[in-house]
Amino acid sequence: MTDAPTISTKGARFDFASFFRRYAAVAALVVLLAFNFAVTPNFASWQTLNVNMTQVATIVIVSVGMTLVIATGGIDLSVGSLMAISGALAPLIFLSAFGRAYPLLGDLLAFVIPVAVAGLFGAFNGWFITRFKVQPIVATLVLFIAGRGIGQVMTNGNLQVFKNPIFQFVGLGRIFGVPFQVVIMLILVAAAAWTLRRTLFGRQVLSVGGNERAARLAGVPVASVKRWVYAVSGLCAGIAGLVVVSINSSSDANLVGLGMELDAIAAVAVGGTPFTGGQASVVGTLLGALLIQLVRYTLLANGVPDAAALVVKGAIIAGAVWSQQRGQTS
Amino acid sequence: MSPNGPLLVMRDIDKRFQGANALVGAQLEVQAGEIMAVVGQNGAGKSTLIKVLTGAYKRDGGTILFDGQPIDFASPQAAQRGGISTIYQEINLVPFRSVAENIFLGREHKRYGFLDWKRMNAEAAELLARFAVDIDVHRPLMEFSTAIQQMVAIARALSFKARLVIMDEPTSSLDEREVAVLFDVMRQLRAQGVGVIFITHRLDELFQVCDRVTVMRDGRTVATSRMADVDKLRLVASMLGRDLEAVREGSTGFSAASGGAGEEVLSANGLHIGRKVRGAGVEVKAGQIVGLAGLLGSGRTEVARAIFGADPPGAGNIRLMGRDVAPREPAEAIALGVGYCSEDRKADGIIPDMSVRENITLGILPLLTKFGVVDEARQREIVDRFMSRLAIKASSAEQKIRELSGGNQQKVLLARWLCMDPKLLILDEPTRGIDVGAKAEIQSLIRELADQGLGVLMISSELEEIIEGADRVFVLSDGRTVADFPHSAVNAAAIMAAMAHDATATVPGVEHD
Amino acid sequence: MSAQTAPSARTPRSSVTAWISQQRVMVALALLIGFGALRYEHFLGAYNVLSVLRYNSMFALTSLGMTFVIMTAGIDLSVGTTAACASVVSAMLSSYGLVPGLLGGLAVGLGVGVLNGFMVVRLRLVPFIATLSGMLVASGTGLLLAHNQSVSVSYDTDFTWLGQGDWLGFPTPAWIALAAYIYGSIVLNYTPFGRHVLAVGGNEEASRLMGLPVNRVTFLTYVQSSVFASLAGVILAAQFGAGQPAEGVGWELFSIAAVVVGGTLLTGGAGSVATSLAGVMLLGLIFNVLNFENGMGWISLSAYWQSVVRGVFLMVVVMAGPGMGLRFARIARSKSG
Repeated sequence: MTDAPTISTKGARFDFASFFRRYAAVAALVVLLAFNFAVTPNFASWQTLNVNMTQVATIVIVSVGMTLVIATGGIDLSVGSLMAISGALAPLIFLSAFGRAYPLLGDLLAFVIPVAVAGLFGAFNGWFITRFKVQPIVATLVLFIAGRGIGQVMTNGNLQVFKNPIFQFVGLGRIFGVPFQVVIMLILVAAAAWTLRRTLFGRQVLSVGGNERAARLAGVPVASVKRWVYAVSGLCAGIAGLVVVSINSSSDANLVGLGMELDAIAAVAVGGTPFTGGQASVVGTLLGALLIQLVRYTLLANGVPDAAALVVKGAIIAGAVWSQQRGQTS
Repeated sequence: MSPNGPLLVMRDIDKRFQGANALVGAQLEVQAGEIMAVVGQNGAGKSTLIKVLTGAYKRDGGTILFDGQPIDFASPQAAQRGGISTIYQEINLVPFRSVAENIFLGREHKRYGFLDWKRMNAEAAELLARFAVDIDVHRPLMEFSTAIQQMVAIARALSFKARLVIMDEPTSSLDEREVAVLFDVMRQLRAQGVGVIFITHRLDELFQVCDRVTVMRDGRTVATSRMADVDKLRLVASMLGRDLEAVREGSTGFSAASGGAGEEVLSANGLHIGRKVRGAGVEVKAGQIVGLAGLLGSGRTEVARAIFGADPPGAGNIRLMGRDVAPREPAEAIALGVGYCSEDRKADGIIPDMSVRENITLGILPLLTKFGVVDEARQREIVDRFMSRLAIKASSAEQKIRELSGGNQQKVLLARWLCMDPKLLILDEPTRGIDVGAKAEIQSLIRELADQGLGVLMISSELEEIIEGADRVFVLSDGRTVADFPHSAVNAAAIMAAMAHDATATVPGVEHD
Repeated sequence: MSAQTAPSARTPRSSVTAWISQQRVMVALALLIGFGALRYEHFLGAYNVLSVLRYNSMFALTSLGMTFVIMTAGIDLSVGTTAACASVVSAMLSSYGLVPGLLGGLAVGLGVGVLNGFMVVRLRLVPFIATLSGMLVASGTGLLLAHNQSVSVSYDTDFTWLGQGDWLGFPTPAWIALAAYIYGSIVLNYTPFGRHVLAVGGNEEASRLMGLPVNRVTFLTYVQSSVFASLAGVILAAQFGAGQPAEGVGWELFSIAAVVVGGTLLTGGAGSVATSLAGVMLLGLIFNVLNFENGMGWISLSAYWQSVVRGVFLMVVVMAGPGMGLRFARIARSKSG
């Protein structure tokens, strides 16, 4: 048998392809920022930053969980629906008789329970995948379809409007001028990045995606790891759902999180995390989401209709994944 | 015999991959109406030669004449159209589709532009009937046994009017009855003037059906003879490349065996795994290196995986560290103190995108964590210690493992197991595909570890390793343990005789079912 | 195998698992129809039957295209937005007549399909990502053309006949869907293309080795899928009197679910066109039954339960059926020895 190294012998030589892949998003981001500073009116303002970060925060929160799932070589289509469920549950709790009677406790539970429920649904996804050896795309499709329905059933499709400053701090509050959901986003990104680098779980996640057979032979509890990443994805979706309804001061189970799964997958793809798993960059996902958001904003601010931004978004996703794939086969 | 000369002549074939020679001046000649066996160990070049013939690979040098005409097929499909068909080991047909459909896929019969099922079904049934195979050709292919599926593949090949049929390990998933049917088919082909190339490593079969045999080793053709002129022992000897008596002294890194044996760490017997392993057993004591020898396909890896809990056996006893347990998951075996360095580094061993450090510590990581967080200092200490102990050559511990040479990758994998301080280490071809220097290093390391009390089960296809390194040798042939040698009785001739063992005979002193 | 109505000698039977699933969905459909007929007075009445058929024709078409794509082990997320975009274009052209409106819509499908096919075959993007991009492009294009609003259909021509008209007592859309399914069934069972679709999905490597034009087959399934989706979009515009650029959300998932419930394996290689139709009817009738149930007043199940029920259906089907196919596919693709 030939003793050729498996992929590249590049070693010391500079590897343009993966450099490009890793920093393309950053480069594109820098270019876009420069363009906007130069051309777009009123770009360099806190207002602009605020608006963009707010819009992107929810996507990134969900994408963090999605990054972990994709790192194991899977995918989670149910996140949008889980957002709807958690977004529907929260007002149900603090607007209930119990919630009105014990407002502080009600608010606390309105944070904890929806997120926990979303996490449990995520765990269900993980169980479904490992127990029945079902492809993740099919397994999470179940909750994609049924999950929003569950949210709709709980609220009978009705809009829940509310005004609850304590609860809504999640979406409307600020810490040192920074919107709270941005803080949450940054904390989650940091936590996930740290987990992947420094913890046992993180290493196991990457090994499962990198070479599942080898991981199993090395004693990694593959099924358990998979169940956990889907649970985490559910938790992230739960948090994102709370943020969205807080910002809107209302919860419409028909709309919360609609299309979010695709946005998250796009962010992960553009950010450079391959769908085959084994490598993950949470920071990359953040950059990917920012890039997509910035493109959209650039177009909007310069008079291009929102619809065109959709087309551009489609092109970016295709282009990003394609260049990433080419980089991998070098 | 063809009046015009041989059906196929392959002469002086060269093929290189990334600087390594896969074929060097290889030769093959097949007559029409002849069954030619091609044998050789792993890496000898059999598959490469066939792929060059059918156009899956482009050769670097040499000539190929088919029916006297020089040929150079661009793809296996082109070869098929030219009259050379290949039946692969994995049935390359579509399981969900019907038998008839598989036979005609790509060349469907049509009537007024639409598929003519009636004609295809009828013709398919007729083709198969020629081989005395009577099945419902409407049924999906996957409903039938592997043997029948292979018949279908052969029928498809013949419907292309093949003049030369290449069969690559066709019997590996067949039972004895099915093999007999396949051989009948092959004899019919021969009678029809078709040439057959039969690649296998089940030596018994050759004598049942083949006319001649070509032996390959290290990319060269080393022998060609009529079946009547050879016996199994001689075949094995030329496959392995040695005289029956001599073995090169001191050619490995193994020093004289000490063999001081401690407690039993492994005892397995009566193992049945799938179709391949039918009564294998092995025993290892602490401080011993036990060699597990056998030809390719004899079931050694399956035995190893069963002991390690990767593929639990259908039947048999396994006792680890004196306890009657059969691990159902690798994690269970690891907890008992067993390590397994697999045969295929790429598929089962390395996590390619991870660094050397991460690969080394993958198994031991749970022990290096506090509250889920990895203790970086301890991790670094272990990695440094083993990188120096095993002399792993890498630019740093952070280098991606896929950039290392095969030898260094293997050392990383060894380190993975060694840092967990196992009591039993199963090594499956630990020095395969590794340069000479690294080989010797690994071999002396294994001896050193055994001397310190580690029990080692070493699967190897290299006789020197077995002869010089093992304190005791079990030989597997066709899924059974056929010999058990203490160190004093270990020599090349004895082992080869055991490897060439006639599957139906029994060897005293060894358990059989 | 239990006794079955023997197909003619010409008809190749689909795989074992698909066949069992085929029985399952037909039986379930029959049971649901029976249940509805017994329980609700007007369930089998002309009005209900015809409106159910008229409405679900659109999903039937998208599911047909999806069936072929899934058979190649691919997926097409763009069918919904393609339909939406096609509805816009055909509405815009409806004032020129039925044929221009129809052709305009179909042209959209052709364009999106070619784009998807190109990305999957040439750029080697996984179908999920490729058709995700296609979905966004179609959506954006539709919204742009329509300036984010519904586009009214012209009633001066007979364009709306495509969606609102009848022929021999049955709704036109239903006839169109029926014709499409007959076409689909013939193509699948009686043309090399159809068999190659199944072969590619069943074992792509083997298909390549056997010399089948894998790339061309794959490309065409995506083109076909988008064309059918655009046909659904034309019917959408004709039926509701307006091209709706924001419609189509969730159509792709509905179609996938219908195909999977029908028994076609997501892993590719096996399935049938008829079962997808049954799957569409089954999932569509769940909505219908729930409406009736609410009308009865015994219970008050909101229409939202339909998603839950559909999801549960999918889950049960996946647990019981395609799991087998998945395991088989894995075995077939893993290295031997």
